Amino acid sequence: MREQAHTLPSGTLTAQRRRVRTGSGGFGRHFLVAALLPAIILVVWQWAGSTGRVSPLLLPSPLAIGEAFVRLSLSGELFIQLWHSLVRASTGVFYGSLAALLLGGIVGLSRTVRKLVDPSLQLLRLTPSLATAPIIILWFGFGETSKIVIIGFGAFFPLYMSMVQSILGVDSKLTEVTRVLAFGRGKQLTRLVLPAALPGILSGLRLSIAYGWLGLVVAELLGSQSGIGYLMSHAQTNSQPEVIFVGVIIFAVMGKLIDLFVVTIERRLLRWRDSFTGN
Amino acid sequence: MSTSSSLLNIQGLDKSFQTEQQSVQALRQIELDVKEGEFVTVIGPSGCGKSTLLRIIAGLDTGYEGSVKLGGQPITGPGIDKGFIFQEPRLFPWLTVEKNIAADLSLRDKDVRRRVDELIELVKLKGFEQAYPKALSGGMAQRVAIARALLRNPRILLLDEPFGALDAFTRAHMQEVLLDIWERNGTTMILVTHDIDEAVFLGNRIIILKPRPGEIRGRVTVDLPYPRKKSSAGFQEFRYKVLNEFERIDELAFGEAGAGI
Repeated sequence: MREQAHTLPSGTLTAQRRRVRTGSGGFGRHFLVAALLPAIILVVWQWAGSTGRVSPLLLPSPLAIGEAFVRLSLSGELFIQLWHSLVRASTGVFYGSLAALLLGGIVGLSRTVRKLVDPSLQLLRLTPSLATAPIIILWFGFGETSKIVIIGFGAFFPLYMSMVQSILGVDSKLTEVTRVLAFGRGKQLTRLVLPAALPGILSGLRLSIAYGWLGLVVAELLGSQSGIGYLMSHAQTNSQPEVIFVGVIIFAVMGKLIDLFVVTIERRLLRWRDSFTGN
Repeated sequence: MSTSSSLLNIQGLDKSFQTEQQSVQALRQIELDVKEGEFVTVIGPSGCGKSTLLRIIAGLDTGYEGSVKLGGQPITGPGIDKGFIFQEPRLFPWLTVEKNIAADLSLRDKDVRRRVDELIELVKLKGFEQAYPKALSGGMAQRVAIARALLRNPRILLLDEPFGALDAFTRAHMQEVLLDIWERNGTTMILVTHDIDEAVFLGNRIIILKPRPGEIRGRVTVDLPYPRKKSSAGFQEFRYKVLNEFERIDELAFGEAGAGI
């Protein structure tokens, strides 16, 4: 019994790795099957473009898009604008999630504040950010502030919601344990509420970043002097459709990369839970 | 073991629960005196209020009538002087074994560190200090919970059917572990169970409760020396004694029901 339980954590880990490794053949096949449709589309797309069946002004060919990507990368333009977008998105998400953590924390912990504040926030939550963006621009102008507010507004709600839910969802049986052990208020927060709520908070943060990223697109397309969105709207007025496509692809790829990054952090912080494989 | 001075004193304890329609009396006129270093087992069928009694002593349930005193002081709420072991281990899943035992205390404190190490030795969990609860068996997890309570040096340890969820072999093993701790530490213990063998095996004294409303129906002093053998004649004798008390309860319950019709 002693031996078995001692080797269990590392045992399950190697088992997981092994499954991934031996399953890599299966994964590879999955990947090939999944890539089949996009590959066919790309080939047809390129064929339609190079034989002149589709106007390059409406649908630039994949090679043209690739060329634009290389050109923008070599001139450094792409990275400058991407950097602007990333800084903007991080700033907005930072303020939005900070507000969500604080407000969600207070609302989750205090019944009085919850009754007072939560209903109004729930109403505000259901307002689409596209609809609120013009108002935010009206109030904060076309400058950087309004963009950060739009992004922050989008990032706020998912994290706020999960913050409140996870605090309310702390296992009452464990709360009873902290009463029996006479935890102080501070320890109750740091040793019980926070770790218990962490999984929920992290998945909320993941959603928040995704919504912040959406907010970034909205903010930059509604008028901006820098960023990937700017690159796209600029290309639109200058009829460079291939650059617009580069922007779309960058938004998609960056969104996925950021999500992967958050998932990695999540795995690390929740090791006590994640390596649990059942059986 | 010196069993002279009274540690826990309960007099005229009444407890009822308010449901929407009616009030249900859970405990009626409980009188109990537990001496320092005693091991008292409380046994009764489900619904006899034995858990409620334990929760009142722990300070988890309030709103009762009568007097419940620990060391002469009325119990006003939970505290580390009253250790409590639930039926489930209720460990913090995000903490390792040693951190679960320390709980709100810091292992960087030399004194805490030393005591935690001693307790890990006592509950036989050496080598599992860094394991997370998910890697432990039910019996091991419950031993962590016991160590967690003992680290606070409670004046009394309250155990609410602590081995009820374990298989028979593990349960027998845990009973021996608990007796070992009791003999070494001399901590006063009250253990609630519905297992007659467990009550006889562990207790200096057995309190028998009957349900609806929860009342003490019998008290059996078990003057068998430890360690007890479940197959011995003396053990069986006490087992029958307790069983007899239960059958009397059954007859009484039927009698009352019959009278009610």
